[in-house]
Amino acid sequence: MSREILLRAEHLYKTYKTGKKGREVHAVSDVSLEIHKGETLALVGESGCGKSTLGRTLIHMLPATAGSVIYKDMDIAAMSDKQFKPYRSKMQMIFQDPYASLDPRMTVRDIIAEPLETYKLCGSREKTTEAVLRLMEAVGIPGEFLNRYPHQFSGGQRQRIGIARAIALRPELIICDEPVSALDVSVQSQVLNLLKDIQKDYDLTYLFIGHDLSVVNFMADRVCVMFLGCICEVADKDELYAKPLHPYSEFLLDAIPIADPHRRNRKRKVISGEIPSPMDLPKGCCFCTRCPYATEECRSIRPELRDIGGRKVACHHPLEGENR
Amino acid sequence: MSSDILKNDIRPDDELSLQIGERDGIRDKLKRMCRQNPLAAVSAIVILIFILMAIFAPIIAPYGETEPDLLNRLQDPSLTHLLGTDELGRDLFSRMLYGSRLSITIGILPSLISLIIGVIAGLVAGYFGGWIDYVIMRIADVMLSVPSLLLAMVVMYTLGTSTINLFVALTMTGWSSVARVVRSHTLSIKESEYVEAARSIGVSKWKIMFRHIFPNCIPSLIVLFTLNVPSAILSESSLSFLGIGIKVPFASWGLIVNQGRQFLFTQPWLCLAPCVAIMIIVLAFNFLGDGLRDVLDPYMQR
Repeated sequence: MSREILLRAEHLYKTYKTGKKGREVHAVSDVSLEIHKGETLALVGESGCGKSTLGRTLIHMLPATAGSVIYKDMDIAAMSDKQFKPYRSKMQMIFQDPYASLDPRMTVRDIIAEPLETYKLCGSREKTTEAVLRLMEAVGIPGEFLNRYPHQFSGGQRQRIGIARAIALRPELIICDEPVSALDVSVQSQVLNLLKDIQKDYDLTYLFIGHDLSVVNFMADRVCVMFLGCICEVADKDELYAKPLHPYSEFLLDAIPIADPHRRNRKRKVISGEIPSPMDLPKGCCFCTRCPYATEECRSIRPELRDIGGRKVACHHPLEGENR
Repeated sequence: MSSDILKNDIRPDDELSLQIGERDGIRDKLKRMCRQNPLAAVSAIVILIFILMAIFAPIIAPYGETEPDLLNRLQDPSLTHLLGTDELGRDLFSRMLYGSRLSITIGILPSLISLIIGVIAGLVAGYFGGWIDYVIMRIADVMLSVPSLLLAMVVMYTLGTSTINLFVALTMTGWSSVARVVRSHTLSIKESEYVEAARSIGVSKWKIMFRHIFPNCIPSLIVLFTLNVPSAILSESSLSFLGIGIKVPFASWGLIVNQGRQFLFTQPWLCLAPCVAIMIIVLAFNFLGDGLRDVLDPYMQR
């Protein structure tokens, strides 16, 4: 895989102001991240940790509060909507809920044709329909369903329609926002395989947001673990799954259910303590209130993301040697 | 993956062989409405007949609109005067025909104009929010807080009584309720994932409003419209009754009701005939609205 960087976030912040004066919710704080061309970078973490917010901020769907997002040597986070318009088609999204992400009053043809018509890519109506048919074939929806409405499809098929819409503009980057979490387990694998096939055919880079670690294990090349808006660890999938360095990654991986009954009575590491409020982040490490290894240093100084053997970890005491 | 598997994936209640590859055009939709909802089809025909009769009133009417015949005052219905004559001997049937021109126009046109204004105002207020929303909705609030009849009277008194001013008055009172309904729909729809998907594609704001949000408001708008038409017809009657609508000797259904009121016990048809006409057209609009709403709903498509 090439190491060419497609998108780079530098010290990205996204805060929301709440009703009470002066109070801010830190959805994403100080995130620096690189997405390599052609890879699948998975973003994992518990619900509410800012995964979706980060994904949307990266592709200019939400304005960043501070920091920059570098794409082709340009800071797209600083651009206005109008300036960003030419790059919009290069970054698309696949949504979580296939029942909510398709307009119930549009036919499949109109839904998939919408991106093509918005950028006037095909000229005539007939050519657009032809292109739509090709896209439907690519995602495995039979062409005869061209004039059907979304409610006439199953969840898996709707997600396929959503995928067809996302690839219609030939984007470089697709943010997959938990694309299979609303689907039956039996359909999940079909959609995941489709995503993989399409990635090869269309030269795509995925930012795959998920909380199901077995799905992430199947899809990802690299994994980025998030907690409370901060990045804990970024590493190659195999290395992370084999040997997590950040204590939170360890807890997360330990929570994967094991399909082997004989191994079930092993001691699980149970996470304790309270999640700090995102309105009132601890001065030190975000995870310090729940981390069994936390020291005074962790509680007072925010750990920087640093390189440890080719991986990036934000921890004062990564799980090596003495802590294991 | 073979397409056979995918076909099995489709829910069994879909009859897929029926409309493969063909767009459900307007003609198909109308056919479907006639089949599923004959009452709506009949209503459409009734409305059409009323409109045609209004257009060709001078040809159909046996007597003139304002032609008095003092020798034949207050006649019972007969072959020479189908619905009898009023207190000045004017033929009631002819007056009804001429009156329908104004009553039907007043029913439809101001409702349509207030619908258009209301939709645009509601979409803009709901989608952009902020001070735009604040200004538009406060204006709408003011319109809603004044009783509509009073507001219409004020308009008619200040601008003078004419048919155009009657339109203006009825439009001013009509648009605010439409705007409110559209705004509330817009607020909920603009947060939906399919609008977010459209934004992620780069669809412009106005296109999102009119291609995604507006079509999803249509069912409520049809209901509102079918309620607005009769209320506009009735407002016109009230205004005419108060002497600031249509002036005698010209006719509108509301005016005829008012003039016939005093003969309710001796010659009831003078009053009841226009009442029945109003009732029929109001019912027809309601039934047609129901039919249209079903036909435009993709979920009802089989």
